[in-house]
Amino acid sequence: MTDPDTGTAVERIFREEYGRLIASLVRRFGDIDVAEEAAGEALLVALEKWPETGVPPNPGGWLTTTAVRRAIDRLRREKVREGKHEAAAMIHDDSPHEPTGVIADDRLRLVFTCCHPALAPETRIALTLRLLGGLTVAEIAAAFLVQETTMAQRITRAKSKIKGANIPYRVPGPEDLPARVGAVLAVLLLIFNEGYLSAADGEPVRTELTGEAIRLARTLHELMPEDLEATGLLALLLLTESRRAARVREGVLVPLDEQDRGGWDRTLIAEGHGLVRQCLAANRPGRYQILAAVNAVHTDAPTAAATDWSQVVALYDQLARIDSSPIVALNRAVAVAELDGPEVALAIVERLPLEGYHAWHVTRAELLRRLGRSAESREAYDAALGVCDNTAERAYLTRRRGELVS
Amino acid sequence: MTQYLLTVHGSEEENAAVPESEWPELFAAVEAFNQKLQADGVWVFAGGLEGAETATVVDGQGDEPVFTDGPYLETKEHIGGFWILDVPDLDAALAYAASGSKACRGKVEVRPFQAEPPTDA
Repeated sequence: MTDPDTGTAVERIFREEYGRLIASLVRRFGDIDVAEEAAGEALLVALEKWPETGVPPNPGGWLTTTAVRRAIDRLRREKVREGKHEAAAMIHDDSPHEPTGVIADDRLRLVFTCCHPALAPETRIALTLRLLGGLTVAEIAAAFLVQETTMAQRITRAKSKIKGANIPYRVPGPEDLPARVGAVLAVLLLIFNEGYLSAADGEPVRTELTGEAIRLARTLHELMPEDLEATGLLALLLLTESRRAARVREGVLVPLDEQDRGGWDRTLIAEGHGLVRQCLAANRPGRYQILAAVNAVHTDAPTAAATDWSQVVALYDQLARIDSSPIVALNRAVAVAELDGPEVALAIVERLPLEGYHAWHVTRAELLRRLGRSAESREAYDAALGVCDNTAERAYLTRRRGELVS
Repeated sequence: MTQYLLTVHGSEEENAAVPESEWPELFAAVEAFNQKLQADGVWVFAGGLEGAETATVVDGQGDEPVFTDGPYLETKEHIGGFWILDVPDLDAALAYAASGSKACRGKVEVRPFQAEPPTDA
């Protein structure tokens, strides 16, 4: 009989240790399928034994040792059955003994494999959540609103590409590292954003995704503390997450200037501000560091009116110099409206080619409303609602539209 | 080590987009790339192909082979040439493909060869 409490504890530990376990098994056996099967078997053994013996002092080490034994047993059996030498080669751990510093962490190798540029972006997200986050295929499928079989196929295909095309398990060399880290950070931000402004019908915020993105960003930052963009991304996620509780009220999105700032998470804000200060001290700004700094300005203001908008505009100016995308220009325009008035901002917004982007319509609607152009504002809210999927944001836009008198 | 097939894909129009005056430059760039592959010890084989209109499709599955004039795929884009490389992993193959693509001014598809079946030696 399995004690349900111990069973839950085992599953929680397993989930926490999964990324490390899989990464170490992949390095040892050079094969993701072997690693996943062995990890699954180790979980079954733990579920059977731990309720009797108690959770061992080093559960991660216990799981790894057990999984390695199971994998070797399995490979030996297959070797005997097939009479092939191949399996013997896999049992032999011939990976060079590198210093055990953080950079040698197996998870770091695996995250670069999962976020490899030869894999499609949606595949990178799925693989990262599966192998490093330990989410089940069913959980990932539910988070991205696809059939479980579709997601299972996507992950299986990715694993066979990694194997067949020989995508390495390796931290890229210095010349490739910045671009490859960028790909990893982009995946983590996409996971977070999917959770924070979910397109799903149900929950407006999917905390399992935001939480997982933060956990992975934290791990990446621990593994590469000298990478300022990784620091910046973690700060960005923490400062965004800090406002989560105040961001949706009774199913309706609450915009930044109307949020109850007493409901913001001060612990996350303090941590985020500390990271932003590290970035500022290093003075090698990048995209995520700048976005984190913008969020630091907002979370630093005791009231919406006290926001240092000139600082926000200056940061977006800096970002626009390295990223000429119209979305950056749109965010900059929102800050310009606070500094130079809605008319100046609207002139900027009207020039941006973002008709398919709901935030563009929302920004136009708000600016037109402030300029007293109610009929045009209403049309802009209608257009925004036409391209917005998030339930809380839809509720907010509907409310705002309803407040227009004419 | 894994062997990869790097194929250069393009259409007649794309090929014609390079003016004749620039051909010597293009050939020199490809030649320099080929020499680098050999110097790096990753070269297995490479070659440029005659136009797709010179292709013949053969079906030898029946009693008598059937020959059909023209390429197998009825598309505008065809393989214009290829390299076969022997490199440690996909990252190395992709890096060479990027250089090869620049040299020959075309898109390059990278595809791994199947691993050799294990022998009982």
